[in-house]
Amino acid sequence: MSETVGIWIAALLTLGIFSFLYKDNPLYKFCEHLFVGISLGYYIAYYYHNGVIPKLYFPLVRQHNYFYIIPAFLGFLYFSRFVRKYAYLSRWPMAFVLGAGSGLSVPAIIQARIIRQMQGTMIDTITFSSIVMVVGVLATLSYFFFSREHKGFLKIASGMGIVYIMVGFGATFGYTVMARVSLLIGRAQFLLKDWLGIID
Amino acid sequence: MNWLARLSNIDRRMIFVLIGAAVIIPFFRPLWLPVHVTEHVKNVFDFIESIPPDGQAVLVSMDYSPETLPELYPMNLAILRHCFARDVRVVGMTLDPRGIGIGEMAIKTSADEYGKQYGEDYVYLGFRPGIVAVILGIGEDIKRVFGTDNYGADLDSLPVMAHLTNYDDISLVVTLASSTYPESWISYANSRYHQLIACGVTAVMAADFYPWLQTGQFIGMLGGLKGASEYELLVENAGYSRERKTATIGMDAQSVVHVLIVLFIVLGNIAYFASRRSAGGDA
Repeated sequence: MSETVGIWIAALLTLGIFSFLYKDNPLYKFCEHLFVGISLGYYIAYYYHNGVIPKLYFPLVRQHNYFYIIPAFLGFLYFSRFVRKYAYLSRWPMAFVLGAGSGLSVPAIIQARIIRQMQGTMIDTITFSSIVMVVGVLATLSYFFFSREHKGFLKIASGMGIVYIMVGFGATFGYTVMARVSLLIGRAQFLLKDWLGIID
Repeated sequence: MNWLARLSNIDRRMIFVLIGAAVIIPFFRPLWLPVHVTEHVKNVFDFIESIPPDGQAVLVSMDYSPETLPELYPMNLAILRHCFARDVRVVGMTLDPRGIGIGEMAIKTSADEYGKQYGEDYVYLGFRPGIVAVILGIGEDIKRVFGTDNYGADLDSLPVMAHLTNYDDISLVVTLASSTYPESWISYANSRYHQLIACGVTAVMAADFYPWLQTGQFIGMLGGLKGASEYELLVENAGYSRERKTATIGMDAQSVVHVLIVLFIVLGNIAYFASRRSAGGDA
């Protein structure tokens, strides 16, 4: 019974969202606001029960690990933004998060996104694909080289770079169309199979 | 008004109706268009195929939210079915709080199909906040990061966790993601711990991940509904599953819509250039 009610609610909300395709209307707005509200409520409740309670409350209150007062105090300082006079205090936890985050990310990201990608461009066997790739990397980089006027060889190279960039945009657009159509297919399958039961 | 001008001023709702029809009709009249398996999908399949039964575990991180369910849920089921059919131990988790229920549904549905026992053959760890801390923490001690499973059971009490400490005991991490989570897995689990990683992503993200495939940072990738349908086909051809192939059924509609969109683009361009020429002639 609860599953049937759930399917009906989901189906009606889906149709409410699709009604925007005809024109903006109160039903669409209701569905949209409901989605935003439920998402936010879910986030707050879930982070409270899976973050604040097990990671702060239990260690502090049950295990008497008073070291946790420091992160709790830092976290609490975020709320100082609500009081104009003390709003500057919210920069402290932000500075801590930025500092720790940068320290953790910078070496890992340099390794993963720069060094390994450069290694990937250093080919050991010459094939058609590898030539296309190396030429593409150099041509695309030359397009973003703004320290010299694009004329002569640089103009040719940057022109080739534009072609590579356009191919990249085209591939991304094609994939995006596929993704959006997939979402529509998913909703159509839900409406026709789970709700109406007219397809297998 | 000539036909080209009429084409340029067509009501957008007409296009929506045509797209809707192109999606719905193939469900009633399937075309059964062939699915070609690409190398990147085959690589993921072959890797899981090479894991010995009851050997190292596969960690499936279901890092996606309900709005991307049509693309990622079918590939999630296909990968889990493959693991369970081959008696590979599965550790499920999510980095996205919106994916907790989905992950639980996927792992339970597929495990039940193969009669797998919770706690012995698989475990669902659920969600812990802090993406970087969780990924790095698994590299040290997975039990310290999660402590309990999704249902509050102590991880030390579950037989499946007996010989599972960190990435050394995990053969492959499969991240199924609707956001940039695969980049975090690469940056922290692969770069720091040399953990092998495969990803299943939405089609929107797929193009961005090809450079990572070329460098070998991902061993393979399933991109969108197409990737899911390819994996479904591989699992079925290997005789591991006879369940309904949700993604493959959807690919007929996908192909019809693509043809229609290509047609719209061609017609739109013809109308645009023709109207520009006639405007130039008038001048």
